[in-house]
Amino acid sequence: MSADAATALAGVPRTPGAAKPDPILVADDVVRRFGGITAVDVRHIEVQRGTITALIGPNGAGKTTLFNLLTGFDRPNSGSWTFEGRSLGGVPAARVSKAGMVRTFQLTKALSRMTVMENMRLGAKDQPGESLVKALVPPLWRAREKEITAKAEELLDRFKLYEKRDDFAGSLSGGQRKLLEMARALMSDPTMVMLDEPMAGVNPALTQSLLGHIQGLRDQGTTVLFVEHDMHMVRHISDWVAVMAEGRLVAEGTPGTVMADPAVIDAYLGAHHDTDLGDDALLDESVARQLEQEAAAEAKAHEEEQR
Amino acid sequence: MDFERILTTVAGELFAPTTAAYALAAIGLNIHFGLTGLLNFGQAGFMLLGAYGFAVSTIAGFPIWAALLVAVACSTVFALVLGIPTLKLRGDYLAIVTIAAAEIVRIVGRSTALTDVTGASSGLRGDSYKETFHSLSPFGDGSSTIGPFTYSNSFSNSWWLRVVAWVVVALACLLVWRLMRSPWGRVLKGIREDEDAVRSLGKNVYAYKMQALVLGGVIGSIAGILYVLPRAVQPDSMGRPMTFWVWTILLLGGAATVFGPVLGSMLFWSVLMLIRVVGRDVIPSSVMSTAQIEQFGWIVVGVTLMLLVIFRPQGILGDKKELAINVR
Ligand SMILES: Nc1ncnc2c1ncn2[C@@H]1O[C@H](COP(=O)(O)OP(=O)(O)O)[C@@H](O)[C@H]1O
Ligand SMILES: [Mg+2]
Repeated sequence: MSADAATALAGVPRTPGAAKPDPILVADDVVRRFGGITAVDVRHIEVQRGTITALIGPNGAGKTTLFNLLTGFDRPNSGSWTFEGRSLGGVPAARVSKAGMVRTFQLTKALSRMTVMENMRLGAKDQPGESLVKALVPPLWRAREKEITAKAEELLDRFKLYEKRDDFAGSLSGGQRKLLEMARALMSDPTMVMLDEPMAGVNPALTQSLLGHIQGLRDQGTTVLFVEHDMHMVRHISDWVAVMAEGRLVAEGTPGTVMADPAVIDAYLGAHHDTDLGDDALLDESVARQLEQEAAAEAKAHEEEQR
Repeated sequence: MDFERILTTVAGELFAPTTAAYALAAIGLNIHFGLTGLLNFGQAGFMLLGAYGFAVSTIAGFPIWAALLVAVACSTVFALVLGIPTLKLRGDYLAIVTIAAAEIVRIVGRSTALTDVTGASSGLRGDSYKETFHSLSPFGDGSSTIGPFTYSNSFSNSWWLRVVAWVVVALACLLVWRLMRSPWGRVLKGIREDEDAVRSLGKNVYAYKMQALVLGGVIGSIAGILYVLPRAVQPDSMGRPMTFWVWTILLLGGAATVFGPVLGSMLFWSVLMLIRVVGRDVIPSSVMSTAQIEQFGWIVVGVTLMLLVIFRPQGILGDKKELAINVR
């Protein structure tokens, strides 16, 4: 946890829906029903600016649905929310993204038949060549294209995908696609990133450095809201944790308090009896080695599948 | 068998105005399908609308540039009308709506209520709208022979029309080439792969799809004008089969390539001609009549399309590597 974020959140009560000193995102009474089931029913939630907030909860808790609603990919039955003081209810997804709130998807959406580099370039903002008329006059967009390419190369390098820049995104492994999607989201310098299970399927050898990137983002002032199942990771990098169960926000607090909360253990661990919430060591040696072996095996299987 | 005559007839198809018109229509469809992934099954509707727009306004006394503008305006409005309700929905809706809308254009065009305007089912005679185009020709009257080919200089199925048609096709290829390699083309390609991903990156997917639909449709309408300049406007010859052939041409040459539609059209029409002339010479009329040989040619087209989609879905010029990526 970063010191700044810790001070900012120090006085915040550990109750669901607690008010934050400087919220970037505030949502009220957001309800989404699918037929008979209520997937999301969140009374009030605030996300503190410049922090890493983890959204956890058992499968089917409504985390992805909440992401879809907030980012304009789905319409709620009722509810309203503001991002940086601006109401974003009913605003289409593209405009939400332009406003600075960029998301990734639980099921990755790498653009398979485009190269890694093309994927990255597509993430950039303010490319005049994306207008039909200006596209016909390359001098109007070449300079910007160079800047975009340089930025993409720098990000790809950071995400260990530089070597793959000319490969089709569809030829990447599942984990690499997750990385690509995240790197692509960063091309537009978002104010807030919403990551839906960013680590699922990522090679454990890379998770450490990825955690570093997420913390680096926060340290540069980007707000991060992410859904994650790996409790070690949540504990390791988040400044704040919000817990959802059956569509509702059931608990909030620092990682330490939340994971000791009986309501959370009930709601969450009900589904994950074997999940270890207590261990502070992110990945101890033997676990790391075992995971690495599994990942290597998976990568090999993936390569064979490609052939 | 007269090899020279066969060869000449077949080679003549390679640069015939009809071949150019179909190539241009397929270039328009390529912007829809190859670049953006839009399923337009009504390209013939755009072509017919362009032909009507041009012919009707020329007959009404418009100069050629105004008649062209009318054709472009008609197809733009048509694209907007088709796109506004469907482009926000899943791709299949556009497919269904375009098939139906193209049929509506044809049926309205041939209805007796419009006899004074469109000539109903008998259509518009070529002579009634060709004059403005002919009069622009610098080639004068008479006819010329280049190698084995003899055509009139300026009139109807002429050298003049060939020059104009292929220049237009070349310009359209240049346009597609430029756009495909631009950031605009990149957004379209992204939309073809996954709309939601592109949306999450802040692009107005609906607006891009609309631009592609209008642009491809306008190119289709100009193809329709080229198609009717050497003949008459016949609504019934510009129905579903025409759309189907444009698709065959695009898939044959290779979708999402610059020259695929051109190569596809040349191959399509010359092979079809080859089957016809060889068939007429070789097959005794007791086995197959001339009309049946014609039918046989179309059967070959259908079978070719099936084989193509099964064995070489990327077409002749398509990138095999790109298609080998299974979309997960
Ligand atoms: N498009 C949909 N149609 C019907 N039910 C849905 C849809 N999307 C999500 N749900 C349901 O909403 C609930 C919440 O799902 P989701 O938001 O994906 O949970 P999480 O991401 O927390 O695992 C689940 O019961 C799920 O089955
Ligand atoms: Mg989910």
